[in-house]
Amino acid sequence: MTAVVPAAPPAAAGPEPDPPSARRTRRLTPYWLLLPAGLWLAVFFAAPLVYQASTSVQSGSLEEGFRVTWEFSHYTDALAAYGPHFLRSFAYAAIATALCLLIGYPLAYMTAFRAGRWRNLVLVAVIAPFFTSFLIRTLAWKTILSDGGPVVGALDALHVLDVTGALGLTGDTRLLATPLAVVCGLTYNFLPFMILPLYSSLERIDPTLHEAARDLYATPAATFRKVTFPLSLPGVVAGTLLTFIPASGDYINAQLLGSPAEQMIGNAIQKQFLNVLDYPAAAAMSFLLMALILIVVSVYLRKAGTEELV
Amino acid sequence: MSLAAHTPAPTAPAPPGGAPPAPRPPAGTAAWTAPLRWLRRHAVVLAGCAALGYLLLPNAVVLLFSFNKPAGRFNYAWHAFSTDAWTDPCGVAGLCGSLGLSLRIALLATLLATAFGTLAAFALARYRFRGKSTTNALIFLPMAMPEVVMGASLGTLFLNTRIGFGFVTILIAHVMFCLSFVVVAVKARIMSMDPRLEEAARDLYAGPVQTFWRVTLPLAAPGIAAGAMLSFALSFDDFIITQFNAGPSTVTFPMFVWGAAQRGVPVQVNVVGSAMFVLAVAVVLAGRLAASRRRTQERKAAAG
Repeated sequence: MTAVVPAAPPAAAGPEPDPPSARRTRRLTPYWLLLPAGLWLAVFFAAPLVYQASTSVQSGSLEEGFRVTWEFSHYTDALAAYGPHFLRSFAYAAIATALCLLIGYPLAYMTAFRAGRWRNLVLVAVIAPFFTSFLIRTLAWKTILSDGGPVVGALDALHVLDVTGALGLTGDTRLLATPLAVVCGLTYNFLPFMILPLYSSLERIDPTLHEAARDLYATPAATFRKVTFPLSLPGVVAGTLLTFIPASGDYINAQLLGSPAEQMIGNAIQKQFLNVLDYPAAAAMSFLLMALILIVVSVYLRKAGTEELV
Repeated sequence: MSLAAHTPAPTAPAPPGGAPPAPRPPAGTAAWTAPLRWLRRHAVVLAGCAALGYLLLPNAVVLLFSFNKPAGRFNYAWHAFSTDAWTDPCGVAGLCGSLGLSLRIALLATLLATAFGTLAAFALARYRFRGKSTTNALIFLPMAMPEVVMGASLGTLFLNTRIGFGFVTILIAHVMFCLSFVVVAVKARIMSMDPRLEEAARDLYAGPVQTFWRVTLPLAAPGIAAGAMLSFALSFDDFIITQFNAGPSTVTFPMFVWGAAQRGVPVQVNVVGSAMFVLAVAVVLAGRLAASRRRTQERKAAAG
């Protein structure tokens, strides 16, 4: 040790000369690291959105080309022509989100607190359906809900279809091509997006809090209401957003499981873009969808921040 | 018991009023409330299992109907048992070609998204810099936007820049929406890493490069692997964004299924879906088994 001491001053002087340049490289490092991903997202995600905003106020035709004319009629036209589509999208997405929460919460709760050594297996089972293409799985619902199938037969025998048929949720004798089938498909397709955030927030809850609640004579129901559920709220908020946003833009379930009467706004955008080739109208509609989602989500988040949601 | 001691005349056979109250309610009412109480105690587990059933039912149907010999063009109703589709999975024109295309796109998109996303995650987790919150928003937004909106706007851009739709445009779109998921997965891992391990490496005279390759990267590897697997699954299964950015000759597997749903679904589609499901579950279970076996061996070695 003592032998090193005389050599120390020159050694300490070693790194001294380059701090300015070293500090600059260090300051620039994050930008270099971010460059590929940031550039990719700026060019292929942000720029297209800006570009689409300009497309939505263009007019013209496919033959003559489109020109920016600050034509806002696409927006009013879209609302006038596709108002029911927007309403249906948000209604179906909201119902599917509520159902996902209702179905997903017990599963997430069971996985977090009651599964014991089966926990990993249950998690695998939640993720496993992803390995089969979701289009194939949605088509499987066509078999499950098919006319004359076991589900329709059972519901018919219990006279459930008479009630739901009278309410307009299903047909009198069939499930396919009805609102119920579309909502069922949406619920199924986005359920894992609800379960995983719920599970991760439930799993983080300290189990001693449950013991404390029990020691203070809280009933299991009170423990859930006063301890477990409030602590799982971040998961509830994340899960509902991850379910609601993609569900409101979805067009696959409405296309495969519904009839033209159940078409959502996604179906309309897809048709305008890929079949009608009216790009300004498609752009205006997707902008409206985005704006409406933003409004719904910000209202929801404000509610979720207070106790009103509980 | 203490009650019985206090009663002056201890009449042995079943005192009606002075009996200890504790065991009575269950004994008297068990006949019809026992199943009810059991139900109440296990309600969460039952509801959870029902939800699992709801999640897994379509996979069971897909597997079952991969052995169907449908009567018409559509494979929605059971007709007769057959293994034809399993012995000839590529027997449908275009199916295996689309599968190959999807695999190639998914592999390339995973590679690019994982590389770029990991770099960005290190920047966001380890550095403080101007524009960080803007960058965070730019990375979060693609995950919070409906796919139709992203697909349609990117498609509009490609249309107007006269870039022909095809392999490249699909790849660009897939890397775009996979990036955010990789960044989130890797960033979460880096944030949870113990900084003392890297300090220890530096204290032991490892250079910055050596520290990165020998300590930081192996520690971050699980996050990177999770991001890569997520990217692969997302890219392989994506339909909506792909539909807006594909050319007429680049039909990915989901697009093939979509087209088939209009014309008639071949049984081979179910075979591919079931095979991937079984393969993936087997790989995951084998991995878990190997991990638990290693753990018990380590425990034994530690004990012995």
